[in-house]
Amino acid sequence: MIKGMLQLTERGLYCAAADVYIDPWLPVDRAIITHAHGDHARWGSKHYLASRDGGRVLRTRMGADANIELIDYGEPRTINGVRITLVPAGHILGSAQVRLELDGDVWCVSGDYKTEPDPTCSAFEPVRCNTFITESTFGLPIYRWCSQHETFADMRTWWAENAALGRASIIYAYALGKAQRILAGMLGADIGPIYTHGAVERLTNDYRESGITLHPTSPVVAQPKGTSFAGSLIIAPPSAAGSTWLRRFGDISTAFASGWMQVRGARRRRSLDKGFILSDHVDWPALIEAVAATGAENVWVTHGYREQVVRYLTDKGLAAQAIASHWEGEDEQGPAVADEEAIA
Amino acid sequence: MKQFALLFSAIDSTTSTNRKVEAMAEYFATASPANAAWAVYFLSGGRPKRLIGVRKVAEWAMTESGVPPWLFEECYHAVGDLAETIALLLPPPTVVNAEKPLHEWVETVLLPLGTVAEDEQRTAVLDAWRQLDGTERFIWNKLITGSFRVGVSEQLVVRALARASSIDEGVIAHRLSGHWTPGAQNFSALIEPDSSDADRSRPFPFYLAYALEDELEALGQPTEWQAEWKWDGIRSQVIRRDGTTYIWTRGGELATDRFPEIVAAAELLPDGTVLDGEVMPWLDDAAMPFAQLQRRIGRKKLGPKILADVPVVLIAYDLLELGGIDLRSESMSSRRAKLEAVCERGEGPARSIFLSPTIALATWDDARLAQSNSREHRAEGLMLKRLDSEYGVGRRKGSWWKWKVQPFSIDAVMVYAQPGHGRRALLHTDYTFAVRDGDALVPFAKAYSGLTDREIRELDAWIRRHTIEKFGPVRHVEPVHVFELHFEGIQKSPRHKSGVAVRFPRIARWRTDKPAAEADTIETLRTLLAAQQ
Ligand SMILES: [Zn+2]
Ligand SMILES: [Zn+2]
Repeated sequence: MIKGMLQLTERGLYCAAADVYIDPWLPVDRAIITHAHGDHARWGSKHYLASRDGGRVLRTRMGADANIELIDYGEPRTINGVRITLVPAGHILGSAQVRLELDGDVWCVSGDYKTEPDPTCSAFEPVRCNTFITESTFGLPIYRWCSQHETFADMRTWWAENAALGRASIIYAYALGKAQRILAGMLGADIGPIYTHGAVERLTNDYRESGITLHPTSPVVAQPKGTSFAGSLIIAPPSAAGSTWLRRFGDISTAFASGWMQVRGARRRRSLDKGFILSDHVDWPALIEAVAATGAENVWVTHGYREQVVRYLTDKGLAAQAIASHWEGEDEQGPAVADEEAIA
Repeated sequence: MKQFALLFSAIDSTTSTNRKVEAMAEYFATASPANAAWAVYFLSGGRPKRLIGVRKVAEWAMTESGVPPWLFEECYHAVGDLAETIALLLPPPTVVNAEKPLHEWVETVLLPLGTVAEDEQRTAVLDAWRQLDGTERFIWNKLITGSFRVGVSEQLVVRALARASSIDEGVIAHRLSGHWTPGAQNFSALIEPDSSDADRSRPFPFYLAYALEDELEALGQPTEWQAEWKWDGIRSQVIRRDGTTYIWTRGGELATDRFPEIVAAAELLPDGTVLDGEVMPWLDDAAMPFAQLQRRIGRKKLGPKILADVPVVLIAYDLLELGGIDLRSESMSSRRAKLEAVCERGEGPARSIFLSPTIALATWDDARLAQSNSREHRAEGLMLKRLDSEYGVGRRKGSWWKWKVQPFSIDAVMVYAQPGHGRRALLHTDYTFAVRDGDALVPFAKAYSGLTDREIRELDAWIRRHTIEKFGPVRHVEPVHVFELHFEGIQKSPRHKSGVAVRFPRIARWRTDKPAAEADTIETLRTLLAAQQ
């Protein structure tokens, strides 16, 4: 009998009993992928297992040659006696928690998750387990999201004010997940087609083909030369900020939609006109609640403010420990992390 | 308060000066005078004096939000601003729709905080927290901790007021200078078309010089310029109107009773006179170090001893009003001629007001020579003023330049660090620096300014991890980091271990490229000292 279901190896989280890795950062034989974001879905493994809902976006991200097997949420797959189930994580389309059960011992790897409702993906479902491995991207009590209805209402008001002044409104948003969530939030708004950056448009089409209803979009590149963008709304990835791509839009107002926008300094450092607080990760209260809802006696914390969350949970009597994640440097956390483009 | 919070967000969310001014102008045009008055006060940098200690506010916030101190500190590190950290951590307000106008918050809640006992302070602050949310709560925290700042200057506030009222910027600036106190009536008077009843004590807005950047030759002919010493004192206006004297400092303090020597001399000035000049500590016909003036300013009562030890004078360099007539639009040369005549009358037997000497400039080399000799005259450089320049408002580039001598410079090693005050009370911001003496390090200066917020945070994190020893709040840190320090003067000082005392040391930059073994030595300091004497 090995010590535990999962262990952290140099390739990532590994289940020896089933000989499978979860979100490995180096190539392996068998990988389970929680979702298609770049810090979770890496190229080069021989076989991938992922949720059916996220099949299209994962294919776009991984390329035509990747060997991907899709299963439904809740459809168990048993490998060497380990019963593996994918459970909705509510993060982006197709995002999954990975539940592993062997001899009555249940482990759950959250991947990235949020508990707020989101029309572009299945709602998060809490998993009762003995060991819960949680993310902690926003694991400080300063992160407490306002209602998303408020954020979307603010977005519409902001766009209308800019439009009245003849300015184009540019929202920077992560191309996979956040952009589509905004497009869903804009459904029914009297805005006309929303223009998109190429990176956003491709994934938006994947969402539509997966059956998600989104506000109509039109790619910026498809517009004839000399098109005026005054008064329009444009969604672009954060990497477009400050680039020459923006020149064609004339007078613009810029905003970033991210949980990091909760802190004034994070917004000011980017010299944005506006920050919209909209996150696809749990905020602090939801994180603490989600941990409690699993009933887990052991908690592993990864991704973000893990030391802080571990200390907090330990003080509350849980057996918590931090596990390293490949995607952060040796640097201390805090503003430095917040400075990086939204780790999604 | 909502409207003020919206204005704050509008200013805070743009980097365009014009959009900031637009937002303020709209606010001033629509807000009630009572609220607008406080907005003018806070936006132009006004701060009620010490209301509550930051630490107390932080403690109440921890209790109210149920966040333990260690976690509070982690949050503060992530946010970098105490008022904001608190605003984010507090539970949502329990009283909703409790809109109270800005002036009411300030007058009935904020200002009384400074005069009541701690438990009353606490009740008032908690009560406010339970009513305010978001930006309003953040602004409130900034106000109670005296750290409210937003990216506008008094000059921009003046411009916005001018835009909102269609009154000339210069007139608004004049009405605002001196002891302008916030209040509905005063705000209305500020933007009123006619104000024949101008306050007789009020100074003119000080006209400021820019630091010289270009070669002198770029200024044109030396004969078009007036050169004077740049003194290191307190820039002030001496006003003689209706038989009364007022002395205003550039900092906006009415300092008449601090300088009785100058008041006595001002009695000899003709009525309706306003002089602009430098208040200087002056003994035996020579300037004394600025620290002496600071010592005198620091005294509550001016006894005969300090008056004898540190007498002050006004070195007059401009005449803004004569016979009750505003001279500011006249040329520098014309004002100077009138100033010379006035000073002859005003000097008096004690010479407590005298004319700023000019330096003859036949060629620009004359200016260079004079500038390089500034320290011998105990001046900190030269002032260059175009002879045909009027006395402008605020800072306008082109006609007045200051040309300071280069500061002394030393590369020193940080050896001690301690927490700062006010908004930086949780960060290590006060540092002690040392030079090398053989294998030893000799501390010689303390400095706490010159780094960016980002550098301060980075250094703070490093200090916490590289402390050798703690003495109360002071940390003895590993001697690793080298900083280029600048200072204005160096003196022998037996009281200091290094044998020298430096004046106004500040951090010029963090020499991340230099190891401690290459920092300057005690010999370098001694050489600077010898060269000065
Ligand atoms: Zn993600
Ligand atoms: Zn992630």
